[in-house]
Amino acid sequence: MTTLSGPLTGPQVASFFAELGITHVVSVPDSTIGPWHEAIAGHPALRLVRVCREGEAWAVAGGLHFGGAVPLVLIQCTGLFESGDSLRNIVHDWNLPIFSVIGYRSYLNQETLPGDTCLVFTEPMLTAWKIDWLLVTDASQLSEMRAHYERCRNAGVAGSIVVAEGRA
Amino acid sequence: MSATSKKGGAPGSPTSRKAMPLREAIETLRAQRGAGDVVITSMGSAREWMAMGPLDPLDFIHVPSSMGETLSLGLGIALAQPARRVVACCGDGSLLMNLGALVTIASEAPPNLVVVVFDNGVYEVTGAQSAPGARAGADFAVLARASGIASVHRFGDLDAWRSSAASALGAPGPVCIVLDVAPVPGAIGPRSPGKTAERGPAFARALQGG
Repeated sequence: MTTLSGPLTGPQVASFFAELGITHVVSVPDSTIGPWHEAIAGHPALRLVRVCREGEAWAVAGGLHFGGAVPLVLIQCTGLFESGDSLRNIVHDWNLPIFSVIGYRSYLNQETLPGDTCLVFTEPMLTAWKIDWLLVTDASQLSEMRAHYERCRNAGVAGSIVVAEGRA
Repeated sequence: MSATSKKGGAPGSPTSRKAMPLREAIETLRAQRGAGDVVITSMGSAREWMAMGPLDPLDFIHVPSSMGETLSLGLGIALAQPARRVVACCGDGSLLMNLGALVTIASEAPPNLVVVVFDNGVYEVTGAQSAPGARAGADFAVLARASGIASVHRFGDLDAWRSSAASALGAPGPVCIVLDVAPVPGAIGPRSPGKTAERGPAFARALQGG
């Protein structure tokens, strides 16, 4: 069982995903989740699929789901904004319960980007897209993260863990 | 290059090259479909595919779609089902919506994925407005090759496509086949063959159970 203290690290995240039964992590990096890539790519139970833009990620994940894999989309909130129509098609037209982990830019620190509009739009966008989301501000919330994933999986709905990020 | 020469179509653009009928191009693809192959179609290719006869459980009619995402969907299926050949079809307008998918496909390099691009140079289902790729003389075969896909084929002649389809489709993937096709006058968009709430689970069962 993974235990956490302090900021999330790549190995901790990779182990967490593997424990959830995730098989493929479809991702575009940012400065917080990008450093996790190496550990995810190196984990024997996970395949990291690097896509060029976030809209691709939902469709790739949809195909993986149809094929019997257990994908997870790992992107920044700006990529959520970019994802719109692809997310709509996969999650709502086709009703695929794709789970995501979304980095919440500037939530903990606006030093780099004062007044970052990610803080204005991220939560309303998730709600508008009918994503069942959980905000995580501290790595000690691992048990909540696991419970949220399992709740979404059991309900067959798209869910997200929104990870509060520091400076962009 | 002057604005006039761009609008007139560069050498090799759809305005200046040979093009085959879409229906026959797809019939040729259909004739090569093997047992256990997945075929994903959207827009015009979906319309024509559905008109040719009953659907196979491993046909995925990507209607409704998100324009450009059919190739990405195919990539995901190919990665999850490496023992199956997956043929993902799109038009040139759709590919332009998601051009990076070619690079992603090259990066992941699934040996079982075939991409088929039907290049007619127009947005057919909205009334055949000119697509930017045709106006610019974009060559999708060159783009695919430059994206890192090694096995790339392009046909504008129906007989050449018919005689080479088996070898092109059977090459180790990822494969990209660009077919220069003529727009279908007055063509309309495809209708969904049923409720997605039923079609999606049925497709997944066929995919995972076979």
